[in-house]
Amino acid sequence: MKSRGLYGEIKANRRRSWFLAAGIALLLALLGAVLGAAWADPLTGLVTAWAVAVVFLTITWYGGAQMTLAASDARPADPERDRVLINIVDEMALASGLQRPDIFIIDDTAPNAFATGRDPQHAAIAVTRGLYQKLDRDELQGVIAHELSHIRNHDIRYTTLVAVTVGAIALLADVAIRHMWWGGGPRRARNTGAGAIMIAVALLVAILAPISARLLQAAVSRRRETLADLSGAEMTRYPEALARALEKIAGDTEVLEVANRATAPLYIVDPIKEFEKRARGLLRTHPPTAERAARLRSLVLPDRRPGP
Amino acid sequence: MLGYGLGLLGLLFIGLIVVVAGWVILTYNGLVTLRNQLENAWSQIDVQLKRRYDLIPNLVEAVKDYMEYEQDVLTKVTEARAQAVSAQGPAEQAQADNMLTRALRSLFAVVENYPELKANENVLKLQEELTSTENRISFSRQFYNDTVMRFNTRLQTFPTNLIAGVLGFTAREFFETGDDAEREPVKVDLR
Repeated sequence: MKSRGLYGEIKANRRRSWFLAAGIALLLALLGAVLGAAWADPLTGLVTAWAVAVVFLTITWYGGAQMTLAASDARPADPERDRVLINIVDEMALASGLQRPDIFIIDDTAPNAFATGRDPQHAAIAVTRGLYQKLDRDELQGVIAHELSHIRNHDIRYTTLVAVTVGAIALLADVAIRHMWWGGGPRRARNTGAGAIMIAVALLVAILAPISARLLQAAVSRRRETLADLSGAEMTRYPEALARALEKIAGDTEVLEVANRATAPLYIVDPIKEFEKRARGLLRTHPPTAERAARLRSLVLPDRRPGP
Repeated sequence: MLGYGLGLLGLLFIGLIVVVAGWVILTYNGLVTLRNQLENAWSQIDVQLKRRYDLIPNLVEAVKDYMEYEQDVLTKVTEARAQAVSAQGPAEQAQADNMLTRALRSLFAVVENYPELKANENVLKLQEELTSTENRISFSRQFYNDTVMRFNTRLQTFPTNLIAGVLGFTAREFFETGDDAEREPVKVDLR
């Protein structure tokens, strides 16, 4: 694994995920333009596509965090019983210069964690009771550092934008295909050769766009997970602990009850354990754990932090 | 004809001045923001140090009765704390804090040898609080150094370096503890 040093790795990751996200945005524009060209004109198509995306975004923007926490059956951490966890989050908040996020506990013995919230001032971290019990202090700190990195890098906002765009692509493609299937399509074009080709192209794009968008989305998700790993290592200056934590979480066979397809990408390690249900290859939302651990262990760190 | 040419040149010249002025303002604001973050990070270190001073008397109270044979360790901690609280100036402060860290380390090591202490709820809680405090001091210093690095890098890279000195910004120093023995983190696992 080529070693660029920690900061080089972080920069490379940011760049790549930006390109991928730009790719999805272009895909939306392309779909809009092509469908527009088949029906009315490309510009109308383009504008409509973006309008749909904006509507989706507005709905998810403000309600997002609450929905995720409620869906995961998360309860606020107790200052007495969960003192160690709260201390660890406070320490990481100091290391990152961020405001301390709200802390939640999920009552499940499967170890896992996620972060949510639209910006650092409205952020929350949720940790399962299983994680709290099965990891030692350093490993727990590594996980919290990873989650705080998601918040610091504005990953939640980023992946929400990507998800919304992909959703818009899926919706538009779906509408277009149904319309064409049931004999719709521009009247003026139906009987001309060029018009038929246009419809065929539109149909092709409408079928391929959602799949391509999902592949790109999964790639973005993997990149951001790696970025959070690296940023987390920067925060703790102790990547070995996070590597161990990831291995422990992935190796645990218990199933996280509250996780499902929709919330799975948010967790630190993919909680879908059953082999049949897992996404494979290019559709994975997380890089393989072995790869993540190896990358963490190969890091060349900047200076260790000064002691107390 | 000539008048027209001169007018255009004048316009370009004014445009250039506006752009340069805009750049200077943006650069200045960016540097001020970073410097304020630095100041904030520095004061955060003090907050965490004071937290440590406040916690120590409670810890000493809690363990004192169980540690009859180790009174000198406790005394060292109490004295080191008093020194640190009354220290004058950054150099003396840093030295006193170093001594306090070393004294606390000895105390943690000794507690390991007393099973009754390790089973005591209050002692465990206080030990966790002290561990967390040491970590907080350490991480707040780390964040300060990270901020210094960002600040200095901004100052020294082009084109900011052209005007940074003129605007009154100078590079800051990193925080060093000056004590190599301290670079090992205090590892206390309670669970």
